[in-house]
Amino acid sequence: MRHIISILIENESGALSRVSGLFSARGYNIESLTVAPTEDPSLSRMTIISIGSEEIIEQITKQLNKLIDVVKVVDLSEAAHIERELMLVKVRATGKDRDEMKRIADIFRGRIIDVTESTYVVELTGNTAKMSAFLDAIDRSLILETVRTGTCGIGRGDRILKV
Amino acid sequence: MQLTGAEIVIRCLQEEKVEHVFGYPGGSVLFIYDELFKQDQVKHILVRHEQAAIHAADGYSRSSTKIGVALVTSGPGATNAVTGIATAYMDSIPMVVISGQVPTAYIGQDAFQEADTVGITRPCVKHNFLVKDVKDLATTIKKAFYLAKTGRPGPVLVDIPKDITVQKCEFHYPKSISMRSYNPVVKGHTGQIKKAVQLLLEAKRPVIYTGGGVILSDASDKLTKLTRMLGYPITQTLMGLGAYPATDRQFLGMLGMHGTYEANMAMQDCDVLLAIGARFDDRVIGNPDHFCQVARKIIHIDIDPSSISKRVRVDVPIVGNVPDVLDEIIKQIEAAEGKPVEKHLAAWWKQIEEWRKVDSLKYKMGSDIIMPQYVVEKLYEVTGGDAFVCSDVGQHQMWAAQYYKFDKPRRWINSGGLGTMGFGLPAAMGVRFVHPKATVACITGEGSIQMNIQELSTCKQFHLPVKILCLNNGYLGMVRQWQQMFHGNRYAESYVDALPDFVKLAEAYGHVGIRVTKPADVEPAIREAFVKHKNELVFLDFLTDKTANVFPMVAAGKGLSEMILAEEL
Repeated sequence: MRHIISILIENESGALSRVSGLFSARGYNIESLTVAPTEDPSLSRMTIISIGSEEIIEQITKQLNKLIDVVKVVDLSEAAHIERELMLVKVRATGKDRDEMKRIADIFRGRIIDVTESTYVVELTGNTAKMSAFLDAIDRSLILETVRTGTCGIGRGDRILKV
Repeated sequence: MQLTGAEIVIRCLQEEKVEHVFGYPGGSVLFIYDELFKQDQVKHILVRHEQAAIHAADGYSRSSTKIGVALVTSGPGATNAVTGIATAYMDSIPMVVISGQVPTAYIGQDAFQEADTVGITRPCVKHNFLVKDVKDLATTIKKAFYLAKTGRPGPVLVDIPKDITVQKCEFHYPKSISMRSYNPVVKGHTGQIKKAVQLLLEAKRPVIYTGGGVILSDASDKLTKLTRMLGYPITQTLMGLGAYPATDRQFLGMLGMHGTYEANMAMQDCDVLLAIGARFDDRVIGNPDHFCQVARKIIHIDIDPSSISKRVRVDVPIVGNVPDVLDEIIKQIEAAEGKPVEKHLAAWWKQIEEWRKVDSLKYKMGSDIIMPQYVVEKLYEVTGGDAFVCSDVGQHQMWAAQYYKFDKPRRWINSGGLGTMGFGLPAAMGVRFVHPKATVACITGEGSIQMNIQELSTCKQFHLPVKILCLNNGYLGMVRQWQQMFHGNRYAESYVDALPDFVKLAEAYGHVGIRVTKPADVEPAIREAFVKHKNELVFLDFLTDKTANVFPMVAAGKGLSEMILAEEL
């Protein structure tokens, strides 16, 4: 099962390596990991996508909680939540492909944020499935470069992760 | 008043009432050593290798309720300490390690004696810190002591760059510490405790299984009270020995890979298992799938939630400090209307006595060759069961655990989790510093002792009359045993050729050496060491049976009840 784990952690140097080191030392899987400070600069918020059985995810959350710098851990996938990822794709955009690329970007509600005579950079946000769908929809041979942030997530409604 | 970082370090240690620091000086910690030199409240014990400093601090912690402290320099000082830190971490031993670091501006420049100590030790400490500002130094050290001893204890390392030890700031040592990210649980959940009590009172075949957590939390008295109140059988892990008197009838002996027949059979066949401060590790329950084939209800008390349901599904998890939880359980049992059913309990004890008759620790003793088990039995007799027994790792460790009956907690000092050879002698030094009048024995082998033998020099300097009992069989015995049983008798690199003459070696270091080759001489030699040479370090070199194996044995991957007994081989 895919789980989306959200962590509030003290914004100390080495905090990221404590978390990533825990995953590698115990053989847990990381699909993606994002981290940045919150509105309170002393805290960072981390989102980790991991795949594992219920037992493993339970261990992951317990082990994360055990890290001294970790303030709170929540498995967002336990209830309603929103996931978003940002992707930048640089594509070749010449001749007839140029219009086609613009059209597909529009369909996916992507924005073209850089234009040259032969290339576009398309910015796309959404969940992981949408990113993949976009990449499948365009001609693979036109993709010059792809960069994705990894997923971040937040609970819906009253579910709040705060100190 | 403004103090330098080095002065602050010493002041913090004084504030924490630290009496002994085990360490080894070097470039990055020169200012700290200079401050140590100027005072005499904190005594420094100079070891001969940093690993030994950590093991000594470890033995200091394990045998008392104090926190062992070690001080090492940057680079090789810190990397030498890593094995010791990992040893303490695996057994949850509270400890504070202060390491020097190259000056802040040099970090990352591949400076002389630079190592990323915080990075290297991260996976084997409870927490670690790199001090980047002298103003944070006092608070950081306070946090280190607080973290080391609270919750599930463990080693905490503070890495201090050399320039920080020179810089000055106002010294203020915080009285207490609160951390928003760290709030260990103390009291257990009342509802869960109620469920546990109900299960316990309804049990037909109950077993109490306890580990190092009971010793670490000083809950032996409460455990003993509860166990006697219930009249249930109790077994302990290697780390848990001494928490309940081993000479008591309710004690089934150690369980696990080299546990007694009755302990392992009872563990496997019980219907209600009360696990306290233990973690169901692979050396204890064997194959978890085999273990889970028997339906039983498990109650698990532990301060660390991540220890619960890690290897075995638990029915009633209770997260909390063991003595607090035991208090509550005792209170509820006293108030409960139901009592354990005598009839069921009698039948269960009858079964256990049948298992006991197997006498799984018996061994054959001739008149020519010294059996290693015999040496441990004689040590027990001569010391009246009252010694602090430190051990190294291997067959001798298991024999010590099986044949020395520990009636008190914190008397059995060994590296259970990491299994670190070379632990015994430096740990014994640590014990002796915290108990300056105690009888301290180190049971070791000719393999293990050579991993930290340089500490004989430290023992000389500080007049530590540790008694070393070397069960010398010429082999790395536990390795040889596995090779005999599982690798077709191919003794790859387990025979140790060219051993030193340990008697002369002990004498060269200024100690007493005694070689014992005959069974009849074992007891007199031990008496000579402990009585005649009471105030000296004695190295007893027992030439023992080269082929003796540790039994019973649960082979790796096998189930607890699939023991190999001595006569079966």
